[in-house]
Amino acid sequence: MNEEIIISGRMNEWIDPQLHIWHWQIPIYLFLGGLAAGLLFFAALFTIRGEQDKYPTIVKIAPFIAPIALALGLFALFLDLKHKLFFWRLYTTIRIESPMSWGAWVLMAITPLSMVWCALNIKAIFPKWDWKYEWIKEIEEYLKKNILTISWIMMVFSIILGVYTGILFSAFNARPLWNTSILGPLFLSSGLSAGAATIILMSKSHIERLTMAKIDLLIIIVEIFLIVHMFMGFLASTQVQIDAASLFLGGKYTTPFWLFVVVLGLVVPAILEFLEIKNYKMPTFIAPILVIFGSLMLRFIIAYAGQESRWLY
Amino acid sequence: MRYAMAIDTKKCVGCSDCVVACQTENNVPLGYCRDWVTEVTSGTFPKLEMEIRSERCNHCDNSPCVRCCPTGASHYSDGGTVLVTPNKCIGCGACITACPYDARFPHPEGHVDKCTFCLPNRVSKGENPACVSVCPTKCMYFGDLDDPNSEVSTIIKQRKWKTLIPEAGTSPRIYYLI
Repeated sequence: MNEEIIISGRMNEWIDPQLHIWHWQIPIYLFLGGLAAGLLFFAALFTIRGEQDKYPTIVKIAPFIAPIALALGLFALFLDLKHKLFFWRLYTTIRIESPMSWGAWVLMAITPLSMVWCALNIKAIFPKWDWKYEWIKEIEEYLKKNILTISWIMMVFSIILGVYTGILFSAFNARPLWNTSILGPLFLSSGLSAGAATIILMSKSHIERLTMAKIDLLIIIVEIFLIVHMFMGFLASTQVQIDAASLFLGGKYTTPFWLFVVVLGLVVPAILEFLEIKNYKMPTFIAPILVIFGSLMLRFIIAYAGQESRWLY
Repeated sequence: MRYAMAIDTKKCVGCSDCVVACQTENNVPLGYCRDWVTEVTSGTFPKLEMEIRSERCNHCDNSPCVRCCPTGASHYSDGGTVLVTPNKCIGCGACITACPYDARFPHPEGHVDKCTFCLPNRVSKGENPACVSVCPTKCMYFGDLDDPNSEVSTIIKQRKWKTLIPEAGTSPRIYYLI
């Protein structure tokens, strides 16, 4: 058998013996970004469908989580930067080829947009809220008249945000595990699912919870399909990608991935939601909590395992 | 102009003089290196062979690090040399993750650091990079690929060579003579 032993004299911090440059900040940010994308997507979707009054939590209350999640996510991202005082350099240039530049600019658009959305719905949380100044009320009137346009813009941006959290990884061809375009739709659907789960947790109306459970069940099925597809793609690809997939198929991340992400994060909540739709009585908070947990674990595991997959040594 | 380097793996003895010369010339912080020596032993006992390579940034023609940089801090400079502007770098780590050779590292001051081909301090003055000029076995050749008579162009015409993981699509410009 031909063997190869490689001895490298390099021992750079964060790089060797294996890359570990990104820590908890990145998966936390990707999770919060995905969650915000999900919440804003559903708020916009049900506004466009003209069902604001039928689904008040989705449209008026749950979106309040979005700017908080985005702010926390951005703060985590800021903590990850190693040259922090130069963070503003992100906004002195637009780099079409860099997913991170796209992300920075999309966040610059969707964070204020989510705040505007919350301001328009502030009376749902504080019924006695008064804007005091006439000119603010005029702006509010104008925005409310154009709520459909705002919804369409927000829906498009939330999809870009959700996909971008995956594209950020998949654009790195140096890390074979990340180098699959499936990560874009997978992270988008995982974010939508986390958003749906948050809405189920917050809603007090049975119809709303049932609708979101149906939507979530559909998304989970799509997610399972995407994960199977991802592994099919890896195993039919080059040696480095077969090696990357083996991290999950017998390697170090096998148990955490299949147990936390697939079984607890997807299969069990799917069964629970299915039973709920079939009108079995059960505590409704278990499934959404598992979905949120699985969505978080997916990002952690992909972020850490990806840095372990490599081309050279 | 396209700067490139050819390194003779048959002549290299792995003395690490290139590593120390680089650290001294470029004030590389203690404990870090911009170039390093890799020893690859392959085969089946007793038929073994060893290849010694002095490795560094490949200054790729199609650099994933330049592509993914969100601020433009990583850029192509003279002769296609890939450089980092410290005052534009935010230390996000995207380029470090993007490099299949793991040639980059975060400088303790926060910005990303890597081999510069000694462009600012030596090559722009007509000298060779520190690692090339110090090599005791003269196993490294540096020059312009666009000039057919340069040392590096001549040697890669005469000898068999390989580049590291060209299948990663980076078009690397460090040629290893084999």
